[in-house]
Amino acid sequence: METDKNRTAATKLYSCNPQQWVAQYADYLYGYAITRIDDEDLAKDLVQETFLSALEKVDRFEGRSSESTWLTAILKNKIIDIYRKKASGLRQLESDVSLKYDTDFFNEEDGHWNENHRPQVFGLEDYDVLGKKELRGILKLCLQKLPSLWLSVFTMKHMDDEASAAICTELNITDANFWVIMHRTKINLRSCLQKNWL
Amino acid sequence: MPAKKLALINLIKMSELKKIAYNCKKATYLIEKKLIGEITIREKLELKLHLAGCSICRTFERQSLIINQMVKVLFKDGQKHNLKLDNQFKTKLQQRLENELKK
Repeated sequence: METDKNRTAATKLYSCNPQQWVAQYADYLYGYAITRIDDEDLAKDLVQETFLSALEKVDRFEGRSSESTWLTAILKNKIIDIYRKKASGLRQLESDVSLKYDTDFFNEEDGHWNENHRPQVFGLEDYDVLGKKELRGILKLCLQKLPSLWLSVFTMKHMDDEASAAICTELNITDANFWVIMHRTKINLRSCLQKNWL
Repeated sequence: MPAKKLALINLIKMSELKKIAYNCKKATYLIEKKLIGEITIREKLELKLHLAGCSICRTFERQSLIINQMVKVLFKDGQKHNLKLDNQFKTKLQQRLENELKK
């Protein structure tokens, strides 16, 4: 059985060596998970589950992509599963919350900026703020305050550059919802940065 | 008669344009579409019209772009630093995989 596996592996572009997985990929996969799901225990579980489900399908590993790409794809699907679960549970609650956000930021009658949330020039518009660590720290806190569905959508778009249509399918949201979420997320983040930086 | 009709059509068009010209909520929505690269030609024109007369939304657009870039930097940072699993966890995990391999 073992030699059989090795022989087929030799004809493939990339080989697969489960004995080395932990040493070679565990840290990388953990980093991948934790930047997308801010929860250490959950990230550890996901790394373990990724290896275990990879083992189950190891004979289907076709060697067309590298082991690390293959393992990352498995992990990514598990992360999307979690996003999806969160999204379905919280949808109702969030739709209530988001109504309030809208009237908070813009006047209901004319769509003008509300006094409190009107963007001010405070340094965020200059490229050199990209190097400012403190501001990134604030951004991180502002991201954590977002409703989880919004954060999932935002992360998939901006971290992984996923196609908008794919995000809609994976999280089971409509195209219109997708744009509303992207819009509200940005309005919130910007406002949160302004409030905490000034 | 046709002149009147034309004037009426123009009036309708004007009122539609006015809606966007003075609506920051719609404009910022379009800014997000533009930054992601999924804005239609018509929407682009509407947005241009709004931004020409609204410095607040012009500020928003610049800040929104910077936020997108900051988010990318933040994610890359997270990927690079301090993200090592502890050895105890790794040893256990290795053990678990080896047990599975033996099955």
